[in-house]
Amino acid sequence: MSEKRANREAPARRKPPFGDERITLVHGAGGKASRNLIEAVFLEELANPLLDPLGDSALIETGGTKLAFTTDAHVVQPLFFPGGDIGSLAVNGTVNDIAVAGARPIALSAAFVLEEGLLVADLRRVVASMAEAAREAGVVVAAGDTKVVERGRGDGLTVTTAAIGLVDERVSLGADRVRPGDKVLVSGTLGDHGMAVMIARGNLELEVEIESDSASVFPLAESLFALGADLRWLRDPTRGGLATTLNELTEASGLCVVLEEKALPVREQVAAACEILGLDPLYVANEGKLIAVVAADRAEEALALLRAHPLGAEAAIVGEIEPEPAGLVLLQTAFGGSRVVDMLTGDPLPRIC
Amino acid sequence: MRYIDEFRSGEIARALTSELADAMPPGRELALMEVCGGHTHAIYKHGIDELLPPGLELVHGPGCPVCVIPVGRVDDAVSLALEPNVVFTTFGDMMRVPGSKGSLLDARSRGADVRMVYSPLDALELARTNPEHEVIFFAIGFETTTPSTAITLLQARAQGVRNFSVFCNHVTIAPPLKAILDAPELRLDGLIAPGHVSAVIGSRPYEFIASEYARPVVVAGFEPLDILQSVLMLVRQLAAGRAEVENQYTRVVREQGNPRALEAIEQTMELRDSFEWRGLGSIPKSGLRLREEFADWDAERRYEVPGISVPDHKACQCGQVLRGLVKPWECKVFGTACTPERPIGTCMVSSEGACAAYYHYGRNRPKRGSVPA
Amino acid sequence: MCLGIPAQIVEIVDPEAKTAKAEIGGVRRIVSCALLEGQAQVGEWVLIHVGFALDRIDEKQAAETLQLLADMGEAYERELAQIRETASEAGAA
Repeated sequence: MSEKRANREAPARRKPPFGDERITLVHGAGGKASRNLIEAVFLEELANPLLDPLGDSALIETGGTKLAFTTDAHVVQPLFFPGGDIGSLAVNGTVNDIAVAGARPIALSAAFVLEEGLLVADLRRVVASMAEAAREAGVVVAAGDTKVVERGRGDGLTVTTAAIGLVDERVSLGADRVRPGDKVLVSGTLGDHGMAVMIARGNLELEVEIESDSASVFPLAESLFALGADLRWLRDPTRGGLATTLNELTEASGLCVVLEEKALPVREQVAAACEILGLDPLYVANEGKLIAVVAADRAEEALALLRAHPLGAEAAIVGEIEPEPAGLVLLQTAFGGSRVVDMLTGDPLPRIC
Repeated sequence: MRYIDEFRSGEIARALTSELADAMPPGRELALMEVCGGHTHAIYKHGIDELLPPGLELVHGPGCPVCVIPVGRVDDAVSLALEPNVVFTTFGDMMRVPGSKGSLLDARSRGADVRMVYSPLDALELARTNPEHEVIFFAIGFETTTPSTAITLLQARAQGVRNFSVFCNHVTIAPPLKAILDAPELRLDGLIAPGHVSAVIGSRPYEFIASEYARPVVVAGFEPLDILQSVLMLVRQLAAGRAEVENQYTRVVREQGNPRALEAIEQTMELRDSFEWRGLGSIPKSGLRLREEFADWDAERRYEVPGISVPDHKACQCGQVLRGLVKPWECKVFGTACTPERPIGTCMVSSEGACAAYYHYGRNRPKRGSVPA
Repeated sequence: MCLGIPAQIVEIVDPEAKTAKAEIGGVRRIVSCALLEGQAQVGEWVLIHVGFALDRIDEKQAAETLQLLADMGEAYERELAQIRETASEAGAA
């Protein structure tokens, strides 16, 4: 371990008073602004023991049964993109939140807000896609609702889902379970979804085959439940990328994550598209990946378990937990230096400089 | 990726680092300025500064075309974006730069049709396919980007596209370099020159730095090995007491630059008498505007822009940071009142600004002190 | 001002308009070759910036630069190997 890193204290994250008057797009990017909004506006009023951990799912214990409960809103433009659409995204995204809580997803609800003028053919396509995703994920849509809003007020189609799952008895997950020395694994390549959607929007005029990785990660998660207490923490990195999710871990645990740039799996086309646009794959969204923190001596086993599944074919051990600098995510660059992997500020925007 | 991956080799980095340590003149502290924001970004992204031997320091210069755009010009851009029937096109870099009444992104939430483009040609195409709208392109950048705007203007004229105009904020690299070298407080031993600007202007424009200011200059590429090799070349010059302009980026940069690019700029633009640079004040003959013959495609002539010079926030020390006099963490508002989420100055907004780069990538570093005068 | 990416010309789109398709890592984009000397040729490597091929990449120069760097790398590795050898000899002595 480098001495340089050992004695550095991360500057305390000052929580600025929330003075924003209006909601802007930055609040939705999944980074610091989103976090501040949640804490200042939502937690301020709604705080309770179930919500406070701000996990992907809430864990509810009732009558001796432990349930995971989650909700997700889905807005994506365009509605259809290579590798998926808003329908499959909605199912998989919600199922994944349940999976990373250490639970088996059972049922979903889906509420649709349809914009006046939406083509019924498009809606059929979306619903068919949801049905297929649900079948693959082994869940049912048990409840639903539909509303229609005036033209210009709906973004075509938005879907809000909620899901419940049954927590697996073998696991006990949480940021507080993470220890220095633990290893960090990812189940596959980074940035596929975000790049697929960005390119599908068409205004960048890039021609490339990149598909969204939208998928249920429950089978991957379930294979890791076998590790029992040696499986410390699970997450599915979505908007804001791997970087954002790991920053949430370091903040919640007070520890440090050190990543190895050479170990990060990234598809060549995603890497190339990011180079052209000046983006960093660490911050680009995923929709079918798992991050797992496991005890060091079980890391190779965990890797093998992930790779045994087609979705985990490119799984890799990408980093390690260290005691300090507290709250920071660091990257050991392939070149030999290091840098901080900070929390996202706003949506990554292509740049020319 | 060819021509990228080979220049990121960690093994060769170790060799270069060792050579660099050996090449350091004993007992001397050296300060090298990397002018270009792209170099600043690469240095932090790959952690190159950590590989430098003790006594060698990199100072971040003003070559960030986003950083040096004064607040008043951002306000002008926002004003143009809010004009009725205008589609305002811009590079992603400028979307979140705050003016005194918000950024272009904010203007969009207020109803302006602001669209991000990757190329000025995309903006021209937008104009061609949307004849009912007026398309304005927010042109920024040093000489790397200026030729692209120039060609776009020539094409607009040749194709008779009338609903297209350019809001020109192109700047040139030599004047701010001279302004920095003239600053009495600064101690600078050498310059890492911007490789892509040099692809256009060649290496000759830097001669004055060697001959008049007796400082060595190396034109550098942007991959980490390019940067390290350039640093080595500078250190070797300094150890040998030489002051010359050398080219490390030979695979792209030629001594004479790109004649067609320079010709296109010459045909379409001319130097303004003076142009206000954020943090550096007014610098004569440093900014470009469209020539009279292209008045019809000049957004500043076709529309009323407020044109108000807005002073920087009193607490903002961007000017000193841009001139390498103050390190980001030494600025009184760094990380407190001025953060990437709430930037006071553009050094923090642009991802390649010295402050943003340090804030995002460099907070695990020991803080090396300012260059003593 | 600085994001310039090396890409290979894979198709000439319109020789009169001087547009071509350039590719890097499987990503393709139509670029303007108006800033290049003469006509772009399929197979050439160019530097792309904001949708323009700014200049050709001189493959010979690139190879020379890489060779210089590789030589430095080799010399360094040899030195390290020597140090290790003498250290182990000293240890064995």
